[in-house]
Amino acid sequence: MNFFADVYTIWLREMIRTFRARSRIISSLAMPIFWLVLIGVGFGSSFRLPNLDYLPFLAPGVIGMIILFNSTSSGVSVIWDRQFGFLKEILVAPVSRTSIVVGKMLGGATVGTMTALIMLALSLAIGIIGLSLGILMSIIFMVLTSLCFVSIGLIIASTMRSMEGFQLIMSFLIMPAYFLSGALFPLSNTPLWMQAISSADPLTYGVDGIRGSLVNFRIYPIWLDFSVLMFFAFALIILGSYLFRKMSI
Amino acid sequence: MFAIEIKNLTKKFNEITAVDSISLEVKGGELFGLLGPNGAGKTTTISMLATILPPTSGSAFLNGLALDKPDEIRKIVGIIFQDPSLDDELTGMENLDFHGRIYHIPGELRKKRINEVLKIVDLGDRANHKVKTYSGGMKRRLEIARGLMHHPKILFLDEPTLGLDPQTRRNIWQHIEKLSKEEKITIILTTHYMDEADYLCDRVAIIDHGKIIALDTPENLKNIMGGEILTFELSQSEKLKALLKVKGIGEAKIFDGKLMVSVKNAEKLIPKILEIADKHSIKIDSVNLKKPNLEDVFIHYTGREIREEDASPQERMRMIMRARGRR
Repeated sequence: MNFFADVYTIWLREMIRTFRARSRIISSLAMPIFWLVLIGVGFGSSFRLPNLDYLPFLAPGVIGMIILFNSTSSGVSVIWDRQFGFLKEILVAPVSRTSIVVGKMLGGATVGTMTALIMLALSLAIGIIGLSLGILMSIIFMVLTSLCFVSIGLIIASTMRSMEGFQLIMSFLIMPAYFLSGALFPLSNTPLWMQAISSADPLTYGVDGIRGSLVNFRIYPIWLDFSVLMFFAFALIILGSYLFRKMSI
Repeated sequence: MFAIEIKNLTKKFNEITAVDSISLEVKGGELFGLLGPNGAGKTTTISMLATILPPTSGSAFLNGLALDKPDEIRKIVGIIFQDPSLDDELTGMENLDFHGRIYHIPGELRKKRINEVLKIVDLGDRANHKVKTYSGGMKRRLEIARGLMHHPKILFLDEPTLGLDPQTRRNIWQHIEKLSKEEKITIILTTHYMDEADYLCDRVAIIDHGKIIALDTPENLKNIMGGEILTFELSQSEKLKALLKVKGIGEAKIFDGKLMVSVKNAEKLIPKILEIADKHSIKIDSVNLKKPNLEDVFIHYTGREIREEDASPQERMRMIMRARGRR
């Protein structure tokens, strides 16, 4: 059962690195907390949804934001491994590339989901979100969303040779993915063109699924969120591992 | 059976032939050197042997295993790359543990091996510090320790002392010698440092433009030069060269305007040559007597010096990364 042992080894390294860089986790939470507190309170004072306050609406969106940023950067970290040479050490070992990819993806998904759970715990503690069985359901959506964006990160890493293009990716892929996902405002009243783009964004279904589970506010039925997200995760994982396996040192 | 058997190994990158039909054999336990300038094809050769790069044509056998069995070969070879390949954020211990795990060394044995290799490279006291706090030489030693973790039968060292200060180089040399003598590992090292190949290697293959141009023990290679080398600095090199048909004088070559003559008995021949020059009123500016080293052997075969040739942008980038990683 070398396969699982290898997956575990790769995953373990991600965990050690993540826990060692605790300050990075904290700073990756700072931005979303500012969003929640400043934008949430600011907008919330003049902006109301028919049957929900703005803060409980925004909190699941901010959870989605954390997953988006942390998972993508976890996938993209392969670029650093390549620049600092460690990728060679992994690639010449007698391990299959599939186990490396799976380990990386699970590692990224763990980090993404964990940080999202910290945010969820905060929201529960402040009382923005109430306790319910929906929390368990929301975790499934967090994991799936995280898997999607770790894979997107891996796809970016396999096609980019250096970090120079990273800012570009952030501006033209990650930020739009966030703004168009319905994390900040309900998509139901937006123009059709915006809804069309949003429907191609995995985060839309992730945020909708998490929000639906936590505060019972949704635009799509839950089975639709789940199946579309499954489809995205599946397709992106396949593409990500294909590109990673083809990647040369 | 040879530890390594290479037959007509060739690697082409598009139009460029990086390795051009190399054939050689390495005996078990030998410390074998691939010597040549940057871009000669040394790294490409060992990359093919370590199954990182597929060859364009030709074959090679490591302990009898053909290159098309990468999984089996990777278990019996260790490779220490030219560029740093450690995880700086992890400790030395964690880097070794990671290596042990991906080479499937079971738990208890892994701990034993880690202590064992740490002892070999004298890093025990720093094992629990993050690698980013290590000096260049320590990182190199940790990489060597890591390469030994899975008890490889064959160890590839790609430019083991590149970018290190002279003292650290000596120290790394001692470790490599120890591995060869005490652990009886077959070692192939690449280098463009003449003294390194001369000091360490049992046999040396000089590589230039992807071809082996000479292969022998350092001693024999230097003997090819026919004893000592006299270098004359003068303006009329050609004229003096034509006159040197004296017994005891071997080959004469003009390099960089200087006349280089290989001789058997320099002390006696210097006055004789000066006499000849005087008779034909040729003015000699300086004379230099030198025991030949591998550098001279390289010049002898290629007509130029081994030196850092113009680095490609990619190479320059690597140098910068290396400097960052090692200092």
